[in-house]
Amino acid sequence: MCPVLAVTNTAKNALAMGLATAFVLIMSNLVVSSLRRYVPKQVRIVTFILVIATFVTIVDYLIQAISLELHKALGAFISLIVVNCLILGRAEAFASKNGIYRSLLDGLGMGVGFIMALLCLGVVREILGSGSLFGLQLFGEGYQEWIIMLLPPGGFFTLAGWLLLFNWLAKRRERRANSTGKESIS
Amino acid sequence: MYRAVVGIGLACGIAIVMVYELTGPIIRQNKIEMREKAITKVLPGATTSAAFRLNQSGGFDPVPSDNEGDDLVFAGYDDNHELVGLAIAARGMGYQDVIRLLYGYSFEKQAILGISVLESRETPGLGDRIETDPDFLRNFGNLDVSLTPDGAELANLIEFVKPGEKNDPWQIDGISGATVTSKATANMLSESSARWIPTVHPKKEVFQYREGVE
Repeated sequence: MCPVLAVTNTAKNALAMGLATAFVLIMSNLVVSSLRRYVPKQVRIVTFILVIATFVTIVDYLIQAISLELHKALGAFISLIVVNCLILGRAEAFASKNGIYRSLLDGLGMGVGFIMALLCLGVVREILGSGSLFGLQLFGEGYQEWIIMLLPPGGFFTLAGWLLLFNWLAKRRERRANSTGKESIS
Repeated sequence: MYRAVVGIGLACGIAIVMVYELTGPIIRQNKIEMREKAITKVLPGATTSAAFRLNQSGGFDPVPSDNEGDDLVFAGYDDNHELVGLAIAARGMGYQDVIRLLYGYSFEKQAILGISVLESRETPGLGDRIETDPDFLRNFGNLDVSLTPDGAELANLIEFVKPGEKNDPWQIDGISGATVTSKATANMLSESSARWIPTVHPKKEVFQYREGVE
């Protein structure tokens, strides 16, 4: 949650954070899955964290090589990918019990989902907070930016807004399913 | 059991070293390019720059601009090869990690003309406002670092004050919500300017433009 709310103040940062996390997720899933027969149960968590930390360090160097500006924008949160529960969770719950191919697909699916979730937050926050999307100005000079959307509380507001929308959609679908069920019974 | 952990640890170490070796030269080049951009940003009007290294006798020797180190200063020149000022590096502990920045010093105004953050891991949206907050950046438009009449030290050390309490030209207004980072910025500038300005100011002639130093 910490990087999710702190880094998604622009769509570009959200996308970069999502890609970095997805890379670590996919690679650690692959390595954990291929080593699952050789790692004793007692030390599995230590080795998973070791593998994840290695890929996070690699991602850190790669981002510095691609763009120092981006590295600066993501700040300390690149290193914090190590403690992202999603990555360790998938390594423990899925990759350590399944084959390489299925682990790769799991990493890809989860990674793409995470990127989409971060983009959902980043896009809304950048549009409202800066009046732009991926740096392109959307509104005229008169647009009054919602500065709070760029600050951490803006992350909470946006997250709450998306949760509200999805819960409402889920409830509506449930109601419709119930009403069609009753009709078909009668 | 130990064999598995040691083996994986070793493989991870080798992988990190390999990536470090591969990306090292590119990162170094990126940092130099970023520094070049920062020099022209902190010295308004400067279009070219030259690096100088402090030697043991307290003088400055011109060095190639891809040199690195904490004992370097960078002279910025305008289109007519006139010296605009010096860009000096400062570093200090911020909220999360070490912050490295460059500030521009004008010989004529005896003031800091601007800052540019080179390296920072401060919290996005909070600590990183030292780079974006217009009110905070206004502190460095003409921050007084004038010397005492004998030129031995700064007349007034740079001071950090709470937001909106700036009364003197050597004070820096903090940022509410990013107090630690803005205070760290003020402290590192205070320490660095107290060390560098009395050293570089009397040697203005050394930094004048000459062919082949860029």
